[in-house]
Amino acid sequence: MLAIGVIGLLYLVIYPILFRQQNYLLNIVITSSILSVISLGVWLVFVIGRINIGQAAFVLLGAYVTAILTIRLNLSFWLCLPISGLVAGLIGFLIGIPILRLKGVYFDMLTLCLTEAAMLVMLNLGGLTQGARGIMNIPLPGALKMGTLIVIPAFRPGDYLSFYYLSAVILILTLMALWRLNNSRVGWNLRTLRQSDTLAPSCGIDIVRYRLIAYTICCFLGGIGGSLFVVYVQSIFPTSFKVIDSIYYMLYCFLGGLNYILGPILGAFLLTFTFEGLRVIQKYQEGIYACLMIIFMLWLPNGLLSLRFRRGAHKKGSDGTRSGTILDRIRQFVKQQTR
Amino acid sequence: MKVLEVQGLTKNFGGLVAVNNLDFQVGECEILSLIGPNGAGKSTVFNLITAYLKPTKGSIRFRDGEITRLKTHQIARLGVVRTFQETNVYREMTALQNVVVAHHLCCKVGDWGHFLNTWKARQDNRKIHEGSLKLMEYFGLLECKDEITSNLPHGQLRALEIAVALAAEPKLLLLDEPFTGMNPEETDRLVGMVRGIRDRGITIVLVEHDMRAVMTISDRIVVISFGKKIAEGKPEQIQRDNTVIEAYLGKTDEGEGS
Repeated sequence: MLAIGVIGLLYLVIYPILFRQQNYLLNIVITSSILSVISLGVWLVFVIGRINIGQAAFVLLGAYVTAILTIRLNLSFWLCLPISGLVAGLIGFLIGIPILRLKGVYFDMLTLCLTEAAMLVMLNLGGLTQGARGIMNIPLPGALKMGTLIVIPAFRPGDYLSFYYLSAVILILTLMALWRLNNSRVGWNLRTLRQSDTLAPSCGIDIVRYRLIAYTICCFLGGIGGSLFVVYVQSIFPTSFKVIDSIYYMLYCFLGGLNYILGPILGAFLLTFTFEGLRVIQKYQEGIYACLMIIFMLWLPNGLLSLRFRRGAHKKGSDGTRSGTILDRIRQFVKQQTR
Repeated sequence: MKVLEVQGLTKNFGGLVAVNNLDFQVGECEILSLIGPNGAGKSTVFNLITAYLKPTKGSIRFRDGEITRLKTHQIARLGVVRTFQETNVYREMTALQNVVVAHHLCCKVGDWGHFLNTWKARQDNRKIHEGSLKLMEYFGLLECKDEITSNLPHGQLRALEIAVALAAEPKLLLLDEPFTGMNPEETDRLVGMVRGIRDRGITIVLVEHDMRAVMTISDRIVVISFGKKIAEGKPEQIQRDNTVIEAYLGKTDEGEGS
């Protein structure tokens, strides 16, 4: 409880006040927050025992929906944000019906292709997406009015603090919703799918339905993240979100710890900060970053959060089920899926 | 009254006929055993009844309702629940959590109610928690309720699996080799428990290799060999049946049926 209070205070009050003039530092946290929202979706698909490497497709989709609606139809961003999420969720639901039947590596490969497919679609939709030229000059969020009352004032150019709070609020809302979901019966039903998808239907659990629930929520969060990104950077191209981004979203979950809802958030923040921190050594940035990642994963195969929870688990004498390197973990995952 | 009625059930895997035109019926509150040599198609019959496999031909009726085309979870909702030949539990949950999760069908509140944690959902959870403890008490699993299931010994796992199946409140319980790998005392204890389940009004069909257990527990036995029914009757009749003895020990004349 205390830890949550301290982190919340740091995140919502101390950091933004301390660095309110330093756009670069605010930028890192804004990016991390949006990435966290997106990765939380991927994490939820991990919960049902599937590795989703296609989240970037839905981020791209959400981004384009917001871009097109704000530019073509002059819709307010505050309306576009939920619409982007819903559109991504709906498309995810429809795509999910056939592809969630696939297990293991086949599902992973197909989701991997989704990212590429989404890029090609955006490239070839002609006038609507303006192909490779992309869409630029996307307006900043206007004022959110309820009647005559202004709930949120219009964003001004170069105003990073507004974006900081926007992304923070969305992240906190997402986290609270998923937290609730994860701890409710729905969350337990989702976990049954990973641990035994043969026993679950025998208990009367409709596995197709719960798979779709998880995947739809995942895509919804991807769409929300994309929408946030596009108003933040104010431009979108078919190549804005690529396969590598999908892989990063997955890695955040792995690094933070798949068993913990805070895993993807920790992963996203840590990796973004590390990457930016290594900017000082320009040339070697990516190389050192890669090495650090490998070392981390060898050292803590269950993610960083296993450090925090390891002691507690040992006390109960209940852990010991998961050990080995990250490769073992992936292998275990694949084995579980293909069984 | 017939609880389960299997008619002309056939399953082909490519050219192999795993189950061949099988007919049998199960009466109310009966314990029926399906026995037969290895590879006779007993587990396949279970997989067909609970829709893990689709039958090539034939029909399966549960309480006069056709269930042949339903999905597994729908069949479970009607009250036909099975256990598995290999240990099949939620490995990363505790024993208690396994049973609690398996109470899915006892939820009166939908997903939204549980997500929003409404008063009714909490009531649901309380009731399920109590029910789970009672079930575990019956199977003598209370002392290991907080143990992660992958750490449990085989005997307790087998009992836990039956508890998990019972959590779905079945009217017909299909047990796939529940006594495998148990020592005689454990088997006797579990035989007693299975009888107790039947006495609560649950019909039981059982696939088992442990003949001692089968002969003590069964009201009736159906013997399958190469997917075909070769005998049916009370345990004493089956023990004396020549075709059964042949199927198990080999025969002296005649070729095998395909």
